[in-house]
Amino acid sequence: MTVRSLPAVAADSRPSRRRRWSSALAGWGYATPTAAFVLIFFVVPIAIVARMSVSDWKLFTGDRGWNSGKNFQSALDDRLLWPAVWFTVKYTVVTTVILLALALGLALLVQESSRWTGLLRTSFLIPSALGLASASLLFYALYSPQSSPLLGFTDKPISFLGTPVSALWSTVVLIVWRYAGFYMLLLLVGLQSISADVYEAARLDGANRWQTFRRITLPLLRPSLALSTIMCVTGSLLAFDQFYILTKGGPDNSTITIVQLVYNSAFQGRNDLGRAAALSILVLGALLIINVVQFRGLRGKED
Amino acid sequence: MYRIPSRVLTGALALLFLFPLVWAAVASVSPQGGTAQVHGWGLGNYHTLVHYQAGIGQYLLNSTAVSLMTVAFTLVVSGLGGYAFAMFRFPGRNALFLVTLAILMVPYATLLIPLYVLLNDLGLQNTLVGLSLVLTMFQLPFAVFMMRISFEAVPKELRESALVDGCGSFRALRHILLPAVRPGLVTVGMFAFLAAWNDFITPLVLISDSAKSPLPLAVANMRQQVMGIVDYGATEAGVVVLALPCILIFLALQRHYVRGFMSGALKG
Repeated sequence: MTVRSLPAVAADSRPSRRRRWSSALAGWGYATPTAAFVLIFFVVPIAIVARMSVSDWKLFTGDRGWNSGKNFQSALDDRLLWPAVWFTVKYTVVTTVILLALALGLALLVQESSRWTGLLRTSFLIPSALGLASASLLFYALYSPQSSPLLGFTDKPISFLGTPVSALWSTVVLIVWRYAGFYMLLLLVGLQSISADVYEAARLDGANRWQTFRRITLPLLRPSLALSTIMCVTGSLLAFDQFYILTKGGPDNSTITIVQLVYNSAFQGRNDLGRAAALSILVLGALLIINVVQFRGLRGKED
Repeated sequence: MYRIPSRVLTGALALLFLFPLVWAAVASVSPQGGTAQVHGWGLGNYHTLVHYQAGIGQYLLNSTAVSLMTVAFTLVVSGLGGYAFAMFRFPGRNALFLVTLAILMVPYATLLIPLYVLLNDLGLQNTLVGLSLVLTMFQLPFAVFMMRISFEAVPKELRESALVDGCGSFRALRHILLPAVRPGLVTVGMFAFLAAWNDFITPLVLISDSAKSPLPLAVANMRQQVMGIVDYGATEAGVVVLALPCILIFLALQRHYVRGFMSGALKG
């Protein structure tokens, strides 16, 4: 599309060819920093992780050569693996459903623009300026038995992070607080791209609020909802910071996520980079499959 | 008639979202057992931060350096890259763009393990520069995409006249196009800053020297100091120090924050 920006000259004349050459050269020149970054910090690491996954490669000894798939065997034999997979999936489903439902509600609430809704939008959005780690530290203090303001209401101490179930829900609350505004904004952009004419037509046809929402808003919001779902599912499947800070995987290893397992294999206890690499290749593969399925499922019915 | 109760309800909801932040700010200066601020109100908890290991000044400096470097690298790389993708046609253009976007598909953890080894080989292990380079790479998919559509949104006449006028493509970029894409640059810079300031897992893996920790890592580590007894007051003060710059930047640049989302939706 950018060739058109050059003056039209007969295709076979020399100035044109030279122009095209110099344009290509200039293009490569400007793209070189991007290419260098992508090559050194993305493509090469992917190659290293692939090689690492089939090598005997410990944190402190370095690469000691091919070990014929033992890393994958060892990663799959980990007794924490399947509980971690199950927990991560459970966490992802709970978070995605609650977060997107709430975000949609908030988006509908602040849809019309006025000073008041502007204030509301800002309040809902402010938590998303915080880092996930900062938010987790904040809730860590908020949930602590010593300093929590939430304990004033009962005599019996509530344990927010003490049991597997409460730890899961406490984390979900943190994530919903941190991300609701973010997804609200994403959905709001979608809502505002729906033309007012469609709503007007529905009103003239005598549709009530619920019918309008069900038959018009939801279907037309599909692209935004699909994008939000894919982002939310991917983000939740890769959850790390919040559990590392809030629960450290406890109580009783009940809140270990897959990424935590990868981190632990590499840097805590085992210091086995090969095994961590094997596990993260499996995660990458699973994620690709899940995203392809989501793309198909969420996009398919449009055409 | 029906407006007042709805305002009360929505206002309460907004307060619910603001509550944790307000609480952290208040709790950080209020008296509480087991912290440096036992009696009366005051800045005792912030004092704890000043004297914790290398001191909060050092950690703030680390975070600021990493964030500014990441913003600078991201702006330069994505500015030039966006210009290349939007205005020039060269072999490998689409492939490079797709590979850049593919960074989004790969989990951080999958990349950080080999990057840990790679930075060692490059002599950048345990350095803030190495950390910034990696954080820049994580920013590139959004940044390059954003800058590409910013350049493509510049009116065609302006682009053409800039290129044909005989001033070289770099001068055209500097004098004519850069001012035109400034809003895109602000958006990219803001997202890069917030991401670099807040990132946790990247320094957790790449930085092992505690004096070189950025702030989030330092505050998180601070919790395990004396015999497993956590100083929640200091944690609250740390959260305030961490959150304040982000909230101020967000409030100042909210419009640009929203623009980042608009571009994402255009793609979707």
